[in-house]
Amino acid sequence: MENREKKVLVIGVIGADVHAVGNKILYHAFTEAGFEVVNLGVMVSQEEYIAAAIESNADAIVISSLYGQGELDCRGMREKCDEAGLKGIPLVVGGNIVIGKQKFEEVERRFKDMGYDRAFPPGTAPETTIEALRELLHMDGETA
Amino acid sequence: MKAVLLIDFGSTYTKLTAVDVESETVLGTAQSFTTIGTDINDGLNNALAILQEKTGKVEFAETYACSSAAGGLRMVTSGLVPELTGEAAKLASLGAGAKVVGIYAFQLTEDDMEDIQKAKPDIFLLVGGTDGGNTECILHNAKMLASIQPKFPIVVAGNRTAARECERILAGCEVYICPNVMPKFGVLKIEETQKQIREIFLNRIVQAKGLSAAAELLDDIMMPTPSAVLQAMELLAQGCEGESGIGELVAVDVGGATTDIYSIADGMPEHMSTVFKGLPEPYAKRTVEGDIGMRYSIQGILDAVGIHRVAQKSGLTQARVQELVDYLKENTDKVPDGNDEMEQLDFALASMAIEEAVRRHAGTIEETYTMMGQTFVQEGKNLTKVGQIVVTGGSLIHTRRTAEIAAHALYSPAQPASLRPKKAGVWVDRKYILAAMGLLSTHYPQTALRIMKKELEYYGDPE
Repeated sequence: MENREKKVLVIGVIGADVHAVGNKILYHAFTEAGFEVVNLGVMVSQEEYIAAAIESNADAIVISSLYGQGELDCRGMREKCDEAGLKGIPLVVGGNIVIGKQKFEEVERRFKDMGYDRAFPPGTAPETTIEALRELLHMDGETA
Repeated sequence: MKAVLLIDFGSTYTKLTAVDVESETVLGTAQSFTTIGTDINDGLNNALAILQEKTGKVEFAETYACSSAAGGLRMVTSGLVPELTGEAAKLASLGAGAKVVGIYAFQLTEDDMEDIQKAKPDIFLLVGGTDGGNTECILHNAKMLASIQPKFPIVVAGNRTAARECERILAGCEVYICPNVMPKFGVLKIEETQKQIREIFLNRIVQAKGLSAAAELLDDIMMPTPSAVLQAMELLAQGCEGESGIGELVAVDVGGATTDIYSIADGMPEHMSTVFKGLPEPYAKRTVEGDIGMRYSIQGILDAVGIHRVAQKSGLTQARVQELVDYLKENTDKVPDGNDEMEQLDFALASMAIEEAVRRHAGTIEETYTMMGQTFVQEGKNLTKVGQIVVTGGSLIHTRRTAEIAAHALYSPAQPASLRPKKAGVWVDRKYILAAMGLLSTHYPQTALRIMKKELEYYGDPE
């Protein structure tokens, strides 16, 4: 009823990553922006995102990674989504997703090759991500 | 004196407990074979005759009963993702006292339907999707169930968006709509569904199982036996107005075919730094291990823990253990009866049964190292702080070594990840009164609680 009008996002921090603060900020920012948010918290495995997305019929999965190991953790997610029947579900990733100083265009290209629709560098404001999600989910002009 | 008769129609035995609710004492207990095939009252009357030999003639003011006769309450469940709504459906059914004979996830297939038809469940629990979430799966499964013959009652407790449509698809079936067992991700809401399951059991199953002849002399309660035990355990742990409970507990019933485990405990992580994963489990949780039992499922114990451990614990050779196990599997009514070897074996088997069943019931903790240092991940219930263990079952109450066997429910350094109680007092239900006290507690909670505290033998901490 009240929640089906809203777009559903599954969010969480992937891998052995316990950075909880950014996750909480995103949860509030997305909720504030009118999304229905399923927050899996920290230390989330690929399988958990997928299971939650299936049950909640999610419109997109938003993955955070802040500890530098994100590239390894994120690998194979698109294939698993396909396998689980979530074909074409938008995948968005952001945070400190790689180690060291690398050109973000390079990093973005690698994540796009891995099947991610959007990748965001460190310091991205929630508004930027929200804007991108609106675009990905064809919510032009809607308030989510 | 105000005498109340409590009956447990078991799969093998009809067990009676007579209590005087005024003096709060057990007048006597008795049992006789259940006669479901002919007239259930025959077995009941036999047991009554045995009881009255002990107690003399008693006029019962009230009579209540629970039943696990004729296979108990047999249920099949279907959910969406196995670890989420699939698990929620299983937990809901077990907590309602059911024997879960089939668990399905995702879309039901034609093969599944054949199996379900063969399983002939008493009730089907259809769930899937959080509220506002996936509807495709539950609607598909409703369509698959719509044409099944013979029909059985279906409880729909999935995504509320799909509830009415499920009802339409299942027109012609007996359908009950309940609130979603997992309305939001990670939120378990199973009480309404359990209430509904017990109601169906009462209204419909009791008749179908040939228990209605007995139902005439009952006052008003008829529930599945495990549900009565769970009720007794909740009361014993929490207490009621005017009488305090004994605190959080784990209860173990090692039977011939299965081992039931109950935990009445919060079980959430102890420390802030522990990350909790998976579905939060119910405060009053019941699990059944169908492969762990002292006779019919005796081989299951060996398969689960390894024959070497049973041999080591019993002091017998592996060959002799296997020999005796093969014999007992066929001769399920044999008890040690003073035979040393058999006593040793039953001691080892019961110890291993408890260890394995409680290990499966309890949660786990895993230590991991992250960039931020050491952290812990908990799944399932943390029972380390639980202070009481209640045990019952033939192999535990007919031996002097009960406390020693019960100690296997405790935390073990050999399995450090298993979150079992660290230190606990042991209570032994030697008179088999747990189900009876669950029944009694519906109308006389204080009395039931005081009788339990008096009648259960307390052994203190086995360490």
